[in-house]
Amino acid sequence: MSSELEISFILNGQARSLIVAPSAVALSVLRDDFDLTAAKKACGEGECGACTIIVDGASVCSCILYAADLDGRNVQTVEGLDAGDTLDPVQAAFIETGAVQCGYCTPGMVMQIKHLLAENPDPDEAAIRRGLEGNICRCTGYSKIIDAVKSAAITMRAG
Amino acid sequence: MPWLKFMAATRSRSGFNMNEIANYIAVDTIEEAAETLAAGPVTVLAGGTDLMLQTEAGTRSYAATLMNIRRVAELRGVGLEDGSLTIGALTTVSDLLADPIIGAHCPILAETADQFASPQIRNMASIGGNICNASPAGDLLVPLIALGAEVALVSKADGALHSRRMPVEEFVIGPGASKLGDTEILTFVHIPSQDGAAGAFRKFGPRPALEIAIAAVAVTGRIEDGKFAHMRVAFGAVAPTPVRGRAVEAALEDKPATDETINAALAATDADISPIDDVRASAWYRRHLIRTLTQEILADVFRA
Repeated sequence: MSSELEISFILNGQARSLIVAPSAVALSVLRDDFDLTAAKKACGEGECGACTIIVDGASVCSCILYAADLDGRNVQTVEGLDAGDTLDPVQAAFIETGAVQCGYCTPGMVMQIKHLLAENPDPDEAAIRRGLEGNICRCTGYSKIIDAVKSAAITMRAG
Repeated sequence: MPWLKFMAATRSRSGFNMNEIANYIAVDTIEEAAETLAAGPVTVLAGGTDLMLQTEAGTRSYAATLMNIRRVAELRGVGLEDGSLTIGALTTVSDLLADPIIGAHCPILAETADQFASPQIRNMASIGGNICNASPAGDLLVPLIALGAEVALVSKADGALHSRRMPVEEFVIGPGASKLGDTEILTFVHIPSQDGAAGAFRKFGPRPALEIAIAAVAVTGRIEDGKFAHMRVAFGAVAPTPVRGRAVEAALEDKPATDETINAALAATDADISPIDDVRASAWYRRHLIRTLTQEILADVFRA
């Protein structure tokens, strides 16, 4: 037992360790300790999805996730998606369809869409809307984001 | 984890002065959890979605020990025996939505899971956490009460594990309050065989996702020889706890499945609930919604 603990986990493919307080928030640790600032704090209550990351293949809100809970797990953020000059198909689709305006929601959207397309490679529009129900965008009106999901799904199915 | 080669860990730059947790422990078994609780006081961390919000907002403080139970593998998953279901407390809401046993034997729970929060929260939140949080508007509590579900509560004393069972309906006693003892851990949810009963859950809020229900209804039962049979009804967000709809059940049971019976059942809803005016809805509107949702379920599901 200890009032602080060491967490060891895979972060975007690399083994990382850190000593954290038991109450530390995963989002703060990603941003402040690992300088991974893609995931954003907006509502801080799990309502808006701007902080979405993928842990062991499941999308979660990192703003209400304990950093302690990262221990032993596989964590992915937007920073781990691209391979050098090659963007992930979801990122490329956002550019192609103009799905970004202010950009604050975009990293969370992209990670939630990665989760959505992993579970359902060919979602219809209703499934896309349901899949993004936990992500709020105040700029785009969502239409272009939905177009981006459809476009990314086609690219990813084509392999 | 021998498959990892870690560099020496550095210390986080944030968050060391913001808590009063003296000890953190991640347990691997129910017995370890019960031992830690016996040595208490302990705050239990499962999915964390409610705990993080409540502690950050200052509405709840940590006990000296924060115990993370996520690694207790025996507490996650769904089992089936003679038609009865056993659901581990750490089973996530997403698990409930996807589990084939739940889909086949208890579809009302999958239907409720589908209306629960958002994909991200469903991936985090656990059934045990949703029960122990004891919200008057807790989504899963409503169908669990209608299903006659029981919770298993385990503690350790005098060197032995002790387990007791209690209906969910009795377990939740007020907003945020339950009969969970200080040294107990909720381990499993037991759902008796539904024997082919139909069921449905409806909730209402300003939008479908991420909504704290302003009214919720669950009904289970069936039509036998043209009559309502084995009817169980529960309401959410219209009393200090989710409540059993005993007056509505009595108005339905063994009565012909007609509009007259349904109207009598709707008239009986007022006797089962005690809604309040608050920021999300007025008491009047909640009463209206309970009648509407109950009518929808009885007409659409049971007479369809």
